[in-house]
Amino acid sequence: MAELVTITTLPPATRFVVRGGEAAIPLIGRAFGVALPRDACRAASVPPRAALWLGPDEWLLLAPDGDGERIASEIGAALTGAPASVVDISDRQVALSVGGPRAATVVNAFNPLDLHPEAFPVGMCTRTVFAKAEIVLWRTAADGFRIEVWRSFAPYVEGLLREAAEEYA
Amino acid sequence: MTPFRTPAGGRIDRGKPIRFTFDGMAYTGQAGDTLASALLANGVHLVGRSFKYHRPRGIVAAGAEEPNALVTVDRGGGREVPNLRATQVEIYEGLTAISQNRWPSLKRDLGAVNDLLSPLFPAGFYYKTFKWPRSFWAKVYEPAIRRSAGLGRAPKAPDPDRYAQLYAHCDVLVIGGGPTGIAAALAAAEAGARVILCDEQPEFGGSLLHDPGATIDGKAATEWIAESLAALGRRDAVVLPRTTGFGYFAHNFVGLAERITDHLAAPGARQPRERLWQVRAKEVVLAAGAIERPLAFPQNDRPGIMLAEAARTYLNRYGVRPGTRAVVITDGDSAYRAALDLAAAGIAIAAIADTRAAPPGPLVDAARAAGIVVHPATTIIGTEGRRRVHSARLAPVGGGPEDHVSCDLILMSGGWTPAVHLFSQSRGKLRYDEALGAFVPGTSAQRERSAGGCRGTYELDACIGEGHAAGREAAAAARRSPAVSATVSGDAPAAPLPGGERSSQPGDAERGRDVAGEGALPRRKIPKRAFVDFQNDVTVKDLALALREGFRSIEHVKRYTTTGMATDQGKTSNMTALEFVATSLGKAVPAVGTTTFRQPYTPVTFGVIAGAARGDLFEPVRRTPIHSWAAENGAVFEDVGLWKRAWYFPKAGEDMHEAVARECRAVREGAGIFDASTLGKIEVVGPDAAEFMNRLYTNAWTKLEPGRCRYGLMLTEAGFIMDDGVVGRLAPDRFHVTTTTGGAPRVLHHMEDYLQTEFPDLKVWLTSTTEQWAVIAVQGPKARDVIVSLVDGIDIARDAMPHMSVRLGKVAGVPARLFRVSFTGELGFEINVPARHGRAVWEAVHAAGQAHGIAPYGTETMHVLRAEKGYIIVGQESDGTVIPADLGLDGMIGKTKPDFVGKRSLARPDMQLADRKQLVGLLATDPKVTLEEGAQVVEDPNAPVPMRMLGHVTSSYASAALGRSIALALVSGGRARKGMKLFVPALDGTAQEATVTDPVFYDPEGKRLDG
Repeated sequence: MAELVTITTLPPATRFVVRGGEAAIPLIGRAFGVALPRDACRAASVPPRAALWLGPDEWLLLAPDGDGERIASEIGAALTGAPASVVDISDRQVALSVGGPRAATVVNAFNPLDLHPEAFPVGMCTRTVFAKAEIVLWRTAADGFRIEVWRSFAPYVEGLLREAAEEYA
Repeated sequence: MTPFRTPAGGRIDRGKPIRFTFDGMAYTGQAGDTLASALLANGVHLVGRSFKYHRPRGIVAAGAEEPNALVTVDRGGGREVPNLRATQVEIYEGLTAISQNRWPSLKRDLGAVNDLLSPLFPAGFYYKTFKWPRSFWAKVYEPAIRRSAGLGRAPKAPDPDRYAQLYAHCDVLVIGGGPTGIAAALAAAEAGARVILCDEQPEFGGSLLHDPGATIDGKAATEWIAESLAALGRRDAVVLPRTTGFGYFAHNFVGLAERITDHLAAPGARQPRERLWQVRAKEVVLAAGAIERPLAFPQNDRPGIMLAEAARTYLNRYGVRPGTRAVVITDGDSAYRAALDLAAAGIAIAAIADTRAAPPGPLVDAARAAGIVVHPATTIIGTEGRRRVHSARLAPVGGGPEDHVSCDLILMSGGWTPAVHLFSQSRGKLRYDEALGAFVPGTSAQRERSAGGCRGTYELDACIGEGHAAGREAAAAARRSPAVSATVSGDAPAAPLPGGERSSQPGDAERGRDVAGEGALPRRKIPKRAFVDFQNDVTVKDLALALREGFRSIEHVKRYTTTGMATDQGKTSNMTALEFVATSLGKAVPAVGTTTFRQPYTPVTFGVIAGAARGDLFEPVRRTPIHSWAAENGAVFEDVGLWKRAWYFPKAGEDMHEAVARECRAVREGAGIFDASTLGKIEVVGPDAAEFMNRLYTNAWTKLEPGRCRYGLMLTEAGFIMDDGVVGRLAPDRFHVTTTTGGAPRVLHHMEDYLQTEFPDLKVWLTSTTEQWAVIAVQGPKARDVIVSLVDGIDIARDAMPHMSVRLGKVAGVPARLFRVSFTGELGFEINVPARHGRAVWEAVHAAGQAHGIAPYGTETMHVLRAEKGYIIVGQESDGTVIPADLGLDGMIGKTKPDFVGKRSLARPDMQLADRKQLVGLLATDPKVTLEEGAQVVEDPNAPVPMRMLGHVTSSYASAALGRSIALALVSGGRARKGMKLFVPALDGTAQEATVTDPVFYDPEGKRLDG
């Protein structure tokens, strides 16, 4: 029988927070290879890279581990004259994946958002809370979520996820 | 099967006997029984002792409103739950239930002496009796009262069960799974709404479950229920049995408590016992039904006296005969239905006493036709029977000859009270319906609508119709609503229901009721031992006494007599009490008012509220990337906010004082290594970064060259110190800002707030990097020697990398931001590396430092070293009322800057006063004495109390470097008092003499920083 919930710690990744003015947004997207989504709470991805909308002037870029230096220099080169902030936060946070038919139920144990597929469709992402921790929640599949959480909060978030998943084990 | 069971019928499984114990006695019930029905099936009526008088009490109701039958269920291993209503406890194989508030046993309870002494315990007894002496309350009176009166015992062992929580959203939440609620849920689901339907009972159907003759749409009720639930399932509705809607909060946020395993003999180890549903509903349909009212006749509390509909429930739903010969007392029609059902099951109905002068209607005719004697205008003026009622005394309402009727069951019905609890919790305004003699939902405050019994509609067809309409309208309203949080405010009327303004309809079973409650109370005198509130033992006489003593508001009467204040919150008693008070005062019921309903509807466990938030998961425990090394190397940790920080590293045999002294010496004489990863870090980037820093910090940033650092001080708008930290300029448009450990989120929010609201024109952006970097501080005269071999690509020579500079390069092969900074007064570096490399780099530095006697040190040593230098800690030397000048930091104010946050406030006259508390050093005259942190500083400890407080000690340590104790203090006009002797009084009455000094005790010239 397929598992109802799987909780996995994802491998290290390259992460940037990019913030900037209007002029910089298309330049960053072009340099990164994924256009930065302009719709609120939406992620765009060109595997293996993705850009998550976190605010009107803030995105989280995700890429495979080890790409950091190249991405920084490529974006930096593209940004001539367009003010923006590009900050490497690869190690600031870690990622967990929650999958399976009960994934949304387990996330909803400690996250108050409506995760019905109509309210929170695949591709939606947002900064939100998970019990007493802050997370970025991204629905990557109908029954799959990626949770980005600051490093020191990860054991807490993972512990709560596993506690909530216990009854479906 | 016991003789009290009917031969057939009911919802129980007659093929499944279930064994259980009550007070150690073994009994057998059937699957589907509640504890109450199973006990009645065994002829057990005496189930508890009353709260105050320890009177024998029996089962009164069949549902959540049960006031008497409170039991403790013990599953062993700490799973002990007191005060459960036996009417809601489902039996399972091996159930162990125990009665409460009796000693030594239920049948022989010594506390019953209270009943004989009852004239001594009138309303307000506690207030009148235990006033004096005051000191006796906490030690004598209260413990004694708590022992003798009361409910079950709170369990003492930790709760071993697991409790789950879940947030849920829906278009329509329907609370109550009787005919109305099912109809509403179905209508809403068919209209395409996302529906949640819950009911507190294990089975859906509500009143239909004990109304076997009922038909809906031409189908038997049970068939209709099954088909409806199947249809809801097909439409993905969430259907929750054993789930109580217990709390209605703001913005249609509703708490549901789901009981998952309490009915199981052997719950799975992974199963949660209960689940808290935190539901945000666009629309709510309340279909909570109605609660039957008892009647307040004398001695109405004997075992064997129960609500008429409860008796009908036990008979029809559980196949239990609650007695053999019954007297019925009623002031309405519905009790006739119960009488007819009981008579048909072979229970003799000795008489129906109807308090109405001329009871009308088909049910009355039917009773007469069935040969039941109906006495109009008759009430009960007394009952007999200690552990079970054995007779009733009937008499005309207006007085007259008594009729002594023997019976073992009395059914009472004082009409119905709509269960408006959740409506009232939603802040909806109740309306008094004269014809019903009840409060019904009036003006809505939130997006909800009531239907069926909870708004005073009792006829089945009407309930179904209202349910359908409510469900349909709720679904439509939910579609119109873009946001779940919208609230209908003010006096907007509730969504209309078909039929317009509702009250009792013609043809309602309750038609022709007298003014509610009046009939049961003989008018000539106050009845004795006529209980209004069974659970708190409040009688009509108590209410009368409260009125005689001048209480008029129902709120005051309630608190004085405690009526309605028990765990059932007066579900069966509030309206009776209210009507008595209104009638006695000659006022209309609404003029007396009603009390507010509060959450929870029925008690909920602490477990379901706490959920997983206990033990390790109570709150996040933040650990640094270097934590594991510290733990392996014997560190003692302290909590700093949510962080665990290494406090000190004791070696074998060392106490804290010795370990800290050794760590301090290592830093002052050689080198120490310290985990500073918890420091808040913010990357400030953009062409206007320097200008932004100028506006947020007191000092100037424009001229700071890339590669250099500066200490920054941040003020609140009011001019008080908010945070501080070293800031490095990495590039013209990029600053690496550090904050205090605890201040990191606050500072980021403060900055972002200003950026978005005050300075949107600035091209600068903020990113938290606190957890991106592990920070390893290497401090001491040999710090450079320790790291030199590890550093790659940076010239760290004395002049190439001066104090307060920052360079990018590699340390131990890892890309690093290397700061030359010091919080110890010694030569120091702070190595910032990406967090994942933190421990490896730490270990490399530690290994390289072995040749130089490097010692890991913790936060305590850090505190001592910085105090020796007079370096402040925000939150220790400052407390939200301290400005830079108070700490001698005037130099930090950029005088030429046009503005910065807090600048204007610093010009206020109060900020210029000479007697402001200023930071000074304090040296105790006895160098071995370490002054108490937080202790007050005074001029003369022998001055009369209250003496003038000059300030307080902010930091105090034993200093190894100075060979004596040192302290920092905030003292009024402190800098002008240098050299003076002041005193620090202790709690034991002694006082330490101390001399005011400069706050910098060690290396005041700062030469060591240049090492």
